Amino acid sequence: MSGLALSRRRRLTDRLVAALMWTTFAVAMAPLLSLIWTVVRRGAPALTPDFLGSDMTGRALLGEGGGIAHAIAGTVMVTLLAAVMAVPVGVLTAVWLVEYGAGSRLASVVTFLVDVMTGIPSIVAGLFAFALFAVVTGDPLPRLGIGGSVALALLMVPTVVRSVEEMLKLVPDDLREASYALGVPKWRTVVKVVLPTAVAGIVTGVTLAVARVAGETAPLLLILGTAREANWNPFDGGVQTLPVFIFQSLNQTSGADAAVWTGRVWGAALCLIVIVMVLNVAARVIGSVFAPRTGK
Amino acid sequence: MATSIDISDLDIYYGDFLAVQGVNMTIRAGAVTALIGPSGCGKSTFLRSLNRLHEVVPGARVEGKIVIDGESLYDPSVDPVDVRRRIGMVFQRPNPFPTMSVYDNVLAGVRLNTRRLPRSAADEIVERSLRGAHLWEEVKDRLDRPGTSLSGGQQQRLCIARAIAVEPEVLLMDEPCSALDPISTAAIEDLVQQLKADYTIVIVTHNMQQAARVSDDTGFFNLRAAGQPGHLVEFNPTRKMFTDPDDPSTEAYISGRFG
Repeated sequence: MSGLALSRRRRLTDRLVAALMWTTFAVAMAPLLSLIWTVVRRGAPALTPDFLGSDMTGRALLGEGGGIAHAIAGTVMVTLLAAVMAVPVGVLTAVWLVEYGAGSRLASVVTFLVDVMTGIPSIVAGLFAFALFAVVTGDPLPRLGIGGSVALALLMVPTVVRSVEEMLKLVPDDLREASYALGVPKWRTVVKVVLPTAVAGIVTGVTLAVARVAGETAPLLLILGTAREANWNPFDGGVQTLPVFIFQSLNQTSGADAAVWTGRVWGAALCLIVIVMVLNVAARVIGSVFAPRTGK
Repeated sequence: MATSIDISDLDIYYGDFLAVQGVNMTIRAGAVTALIGPSGCGKSTFLRSLNRLHEVVPGARVEGKIVIDGESLYDPSVDPVDVRRRIGMVFQRPNPFPTMSVYDNVLAGVRLNTRRLPRSAADEIVERSLRGAHLWEEVKDRLDRPGTSLSGGQQQRLCIARAIAVEPEVLLMDEPCSALDPISTAAIEDLVQQLKADYTIVIVTHNMQQAARVSDDTGFFNLRAAGQPGHLVEFNPTRKMFTDPDDPSTEAYISGRFG
């Protein structure tokens, strides 16, 4: 009879734990779904072709029309430039850590510094870029796109290093040794065997890092300033980005054209979420395209 | 072409740990040399020192001499990359490159370390190597499929094809059949017999029958005691080794009374 009692107890425990898991899952999902639902419901009406296609000059100054084309352009430009700076540095650092420096003193120092960088508050990264370009340009209040990119790159590097490092560690040593045994030099082994084997994970990690910084506001607020129209020159003048646009528009929602500004805030928020989502989906697609095919 | 290897007073270390001590042997050209012995006695470590793959492990080093063709392998002026081009290796677990097709796997060594290949020359190397590894008939219609889509035994023969595509002088095999079924094992053993016409072969095996079947010479490695370095107990022609070994512990190991 004790066997039966035990099985009832196990069944009860099973139920209890299952219920607990579903509850925590629901608790975790509720705010997310609520957030997406609210943003879509309030943002979707604002997303007209006119809103997406125009900037904040002209009619917008009079409180009608206006759009976020310039902010989308700024976000794309600043984020891409950040990726161009951060990805090579991050990938090469990870390659060195895994393939060359493994076990050395310098490698543990570098790993420690990367960990520290992961913890840098984004506003500090912004301050760094601000201070750097204040010195470089001699302007006490520098306003330029490349500054924002430097700040974002600073935030991206540790994420990229970490994710690429993990992916490279997943490449079995068997493959490295197989390559060495064929008389392939180490650097070619890394370039032709290790990196291609890990490329799916690397691309995914990089894309997620890009998505992560695309939504940064604080550092950009410091160095990018603002703009009413698209500024494609990263070396001169303020640049508007979506997060900063949202922040600034929010400050207008208590003023005269409150309704118009509120619509812009929700529309820009929805647009930013869509961009980040597209990047996430792209990461998955790219990951599966590059994944080594087993051909089963 | 096949080359002999002279090993004298070879000590192999991992950091401060002496793994294998005082090995002396001559591996004959164009013959199959089998290395047997209990797990952990340093057979594989010794094998990996022959193509300088041992030193890939941080802290690993070697003392003593390995001479191939009158050239000392561990001379400071010798590039380990060149050594590995001349001495190929097949591993315990089949390890085709997962990002490459069957075709590209065979060419990996050639492509990764030499100039551009004209397509016709590449085709020829692929066919010759796959035929050499007795795999051509089975895969000739799916050369563009991923190397990892083949069965385990086919993958191992693909790895052999990949190793012989760079035309080494010596082929090292580290328990090449331990992950394979008996039929694939028989295929590889046949292959070893054929390959010895062109290559000097050194094969590590846990399978006594396999050593007896495929090899001309056999070396028996053992540990003096737990925690002691491995050493070469006896090195003799396989026939003598299996019928009238010099050392009583060899006989004990071969007849299964120990180890």
